[in-house]
Amino acid sequence: MRKLPPGFWLGLAVAAALAYPWLVNDYWVDVMNFCGIYMLLGLSLTIIVGYAGLFNLGHAAFYAVGAYTTAILSTRFGIPSLLLMPVSALAAAAFAYVISRPIIHLRGDYLCVVTIGFGEIMRIALINNPGGLTGGVNGIIGVPRPDLGLFTVRSVDQYYYFILFFIVLFVWGMGRLERSRIGRGWTCIREDETAAEAMGIDTAFLKLLAFVLGAAGAGLAGNIYATKMTLVAPEGFNFWESCVMFCIVVLGGTGSVPGVIVASVGMAALPELFREFARARMLVFGLAMVLMMIFRPQGLWPSAHWRRQVSGPAPDGEGVRQQDRVGGAGCWK
Amino acid sequence: MEQFVQQVLNGLTVGSGYALVALGYTMVYGVLKLINFAHGDLFMLGAYLAMTAAVSCRAAGVASPWVVLPTIFLVSMGLVSLAGVLIERTAYRPLRGAGRLAPVVSALGAAVVIQNAVMLAYGANYQVFPEGLVPAVRWAVAGMSIPVLRVAMLVLSLILMGVLYLFIQRTTVGAAIRATSLDHATARLMGIDINRIIMVVFLIGPALGAASGIMIGLYYRQVYFTMGWIYGLKAFTAAILGGIGNIPGAMVGGMILGLFETLAAGYISSAWKDAFAFLLLIAILVLRPTGLLGERVVEKL
Repeated sequence: MRKLPPGFWLGLAVAAALAYPWLVNDYWVDVMNFCGIYMLLGLSLTIIVGYAGLFNLGHAAFYAVGAYTTAILSTRFGIPSLLLMPVSALAAAAFAYVISRPIIHLRGDYLCVVTIGFGEIMRIALINNPGGLTGGVNGIIGVPRPDLGLFTVRSVDQYYYFILFFIVLFVWGMGRLERSRIGRGWTCIREDETAAEAMGIDTAFLKLLAFVLGAAGAGLAGNIYATKMTLVAPEGFNFWESCVMFCIVVLGGTGSVPGVIVASVGMAALPELFREFARARMLVFGLAMVLMMIFRPQGLWPSAHWRRQVSGPAPDGEGVRQQDRVGGAGCWK
Repeated sequence: MEQFVQQVLNGLTVGSGYALVALGYTMVYGVLKLINFAHGDLFMLGAYLAMTAAVSCRAAGVASPWVVLPTIFLVSMGLVSLAGVLIERTAYRPLRGAGRLAPVVSALGAAVVIQNAVMLAYGANYQVFPEGLVPAVRWAVAGMSIPVLRVAMLVLSLILMGVLYLFIQRTTVGAAIRATSLDHATARLMGIDINRIIMVVFLIGPALGAASGIMIGLYYRQVYFTMGWIYGLKAFTAAILGGIGNIPGAMVGGMILGLFETLAAGYISSAWKDAFAFLLLIAILVLRPTGLLGERVVEKL
């Protein structure tokens, strides 16, 4: 077969995404809506884990800040939830800044553990209902749908296109970001932080920026989740949510945008296909995680930059550097 | 004052439980530089297996605690050790030297598998230990009522930790474990079979975790399939508190965490108990990332 231009496949994918609600019933559109929210979360986490190489297993905390900001402000003050989108993103970003600031010098596993700690503290705080704001275990109900008079989002189909719009926006923005000076700085930090610092890259600033931007994305996803569900509760933001997001990023192929999309479709659609084994599906999910790491550690759709990083031959990073010299991700193009 | 003494005793008991689990984390981290996310779930598995063993003893008509208690400890600790080795073989060994991300995901996957396997086998509800396995005797000391079981838990934990410490410090295998945790390549040059040492670590750590799980099960008399997660995370906090990779550090860290948590719960707020533990974790990592007894470690991503 003759090789088709990449634009063809992209066009086909966009056409399929646009046509999807006409091809299936409402149930499957709704499945895809949840999948879309995970896509947004996976994409935002990709900035932190994939681009900057910072292990974050507490992404649900940022997602929660976004969702609760929307829920609290819209139910208490009647602010239209659509207007709360930037507010939620900013709140999550500000929260990320405040908590990341003191821990930004931590590396690897230590950072991973601290983010787990923040995730758990967030969940406990939501349950304990500080100041009567979060509604405790029951959460907050009655979050209004996005509605600005002329523009409303109600039906599953409308939500589908609403979420699709943001996915396209994220994918476009992340593509720009990855190739920007900032993105190349992140690549350097991910490959070798000490060397990046020695080259004069402001590592602390760029790492904070990755957290803040990733959190803003999660805050936006939180807003969509809150209005779509019309309720928020602490259990929606527990550790396993963070874990699923992390797995979407890694199983898809760390740092790879198409990988995140493929992995989140798999994560949302496969359990629906195997409904009758619903009780065993988490078991299968766990087995898949282990088997994927053993047989295909680079993920479903690997990013070129990460290929050697994850499955590299030597644990001391020698292989990674070799790869870079031979024309991998150059920092100073 | 009496309340304070009782809180301290409670804190030490809880802390010794954390310390036993923390030893498993710290030993695995010492030799593999890997957070064994499945360790907390092995703790939970230990509690469930002990419960099954106790129920079977009852069904077989054995009631004497002098027979039942050693049986459940032996069965549960033995099986959990095997599970630990199995996990290392299947989920960790193929990934040795495969970067940093892959083992983390594999460990999370192993944790999900254990949790859900237990859930499928036993059901998703609370499970209850049979009644009267240990006599609910309380000592009255100077106006306080102290449960004997608490004291027994504390003593047993201290004995297990003492035995482990002697094993690591005084035996050849212990020396080999210490050498492996310092440097794999050099240890191998000295004729140490790294794979066997890692296997020994995965036999001992989970067994101690299981012992802690059994004691928690005996004390609270109910077990739940997700209990391993939060407990494991706190034990990991204890390991970091003492300096990860450092065995006396894990013991000290566990005790301090238990005391801190119990006193904070008693005097500030019990609803925020778990949050205090994580705040302590974050404070330690920010102020002294190597822990209380930890040596300076050069961290490599």
